[in-house]
Amino acid sequence: MYSKTVMDHFKSPRNVGVIEDADGIGEVGNPLCGDMMSIYLKIRDEHIEDIKFQTFGCGAAIAVSSMLTEIAKGKSIEEAKAITNKDVAKALEGLPKNKLHCSNLGADALHMAIKDYEARIAGKPKAEPKRKERHEHTHGDKCYCPYCDAEIPEGKTFCTACQSDIEAVH
Amino acid sequence: MKIINLDHLSANPLLPEVQDAMIDAIKENYGNPSSQHKIGDKASEALEQSRESAASLINCKAPKEVVFTSGGTESINHAIKGVAFAKADKGKHIVTSNIEHNAVLRSMRRLKMMGFQVTSVPVDEFGRVNTDDVAKAITDETILVSIMHSNNEIGTIQPIKEIAQITKEKKVIFHTDAVDSVGVVPVDVQELGVDLLSFSSNSFYGPTGVGGLYVRRGTGVWPLLDGGVQEHNKRAGAENLIGIIGMGVAARLARQDMESRISHVKNLRERLLSELPRYINEYIINGHPEHCLPNMVSVSIKYIEGESVVLMLDEEDIAASTRSACAAGSLQASHVLLSIGREFADAQGTLVITFGVDNKEEDITRFLSVLRDAVKTLREISPLYREALQA
Repeated sequence: MYSKTVMDHFKSPRNVGVIEDADGIGEVGNPLCGDMMSIYLKIRDEHIEDIKFQTFGCGAAIAVSSMLTEIAKGKSIEEAKAITNKDVAKALEGLPKNKLHCSNLGADALHMAIKDYEARIAGKPKAEPKRKERHEHTHGDKCYCPYCDAEIPEGKTFCTACQSDIEAVH
Repeated sequence: MKIINLDHLSANPLLPEVQDAMIDAIKENYGNPSSQHKIGDKASEALEQSRESAASLINCKAPKEVVFTSGGTESINHAIKGVAFAKADKGKHIVTSNIEHNAVLRSMRRLKMMGFQVTSVPVDEFGRVNTDDVAKAITDETILVSIMHSNNEIGTIQPIKEIAQITKEKKVIFHTDAVDSVGVVPVDVQELGVDLLSFSSNSFYGPTGVGGLYVRRGTGVWPLLDGGVQEHNKRAGAENLIGIIGMGVAARLARQDMESRISHVKNLRERLLSELPRYINEYIINGHPEHCLPNMVSVSIKYIEGESVVLMLDEEDIAASTRSACAAGSLQASHVLLSIGREFADAQGTLVITFGVDNKEEDITRFLSVLRDAVKTLREISPLYREALQA
């Protein structure tokens, strides 16, 4: 079900670990599938000199983390900010539809780590870890199914289009 | 290397005797059991022989009480919706439990959309319902109680006999989903006292796509499919004869070999449980220590996610299953594991091992050593493990 590239990054993840004296840390979690990811950055001359990750999650989440660090390594801060979830999914030669949300985690963690770095430079307090407990309405006031993107009618605890249960997160 | 199958719950191989019977039937027995000629008679004879074998597996004295279906899911849908439709004028309340299979849960959800009310009773930390809770949930409006015989994720077996005494007293129809029990452990409809019981052929090495619904005589159940008069007016459509013949043989063998199969898988289960601490630490065994299926181990391994473990085992040609989110096309954490009080992350890190007749003792050793490496690798990647070590 996974592409060769995904399996390669899952089996031999790149840049696993922690940077003890990191310049920026991003921690995100996705309550939908329980994935959690931490990104550590070492910045030099406004470039990502080193990047490490730790991830609790499925095969796709681990592959996404690994690929993300490969893409981000050596990039300037501005270039890294422009990395999107789609870039990561594309580099992995695609993800199964029900795993696309895992790719959101990667870029989110990276952007949070950059924000943390910028906040430290500006002397602001450390950004709070973004481990969401409830889902957020990502596009507008309406609620959309996280699995098939159909609109969820008010008060429904499952998606009337794809039958997925959403009670736990809604 | 030969693949080690530790996921018999997902699919069982067909026994050689079952394969042979089905291949013979494909070649020689294509008739419609309803036809009134020799081709039909031959088909009908094989059909009724299979019915007797299936009935005998659940100690049902009148084979007519067994209705052939397309499998566990259809049987469950038939039982629940069939009773609801038949009794809607008497009442619209149904009682079930929090840890049922999706076939039950989603049947209930559909009925709720149609105006039925459903009360779902909780389970304890071992996954067992309290019979008092069931008794209290029954009202004058209650038409059906549906509680599973054994759970498909943690293997806990429910006090079905005790619940049947309550439903009998209160004159409410009682259905049990026994899909993971029939053919695996002794199931006796006389002793249990249930009105309806669902089972599936593949659970006891018969083909998929075939199952049965036991309907105690006099239980009002509407058909799910309307059409011809097959299966005593309970299930329309020409029977899946080839599949049913396979199930008949599988049922006969399951009854005959029940004791030796149980002792085989029990031995493997006990060996796994006793050796596990030597290979990994920080895990929780889910389910009831005594009232449980003999062929299943559900283990929640801390700080790691189940699908990753399954992928790593698969790389080493070991098939196992996870009920965690992000697996098998479903993203939600298991409602069963959350119901017995597992933390969200622990529910995610759950591995379900199911043994079968083809497993050997050396499979356990190989599984454990691959599991140890997978857990070590994944914990090194896991931020939760790091947090735990720091705390």
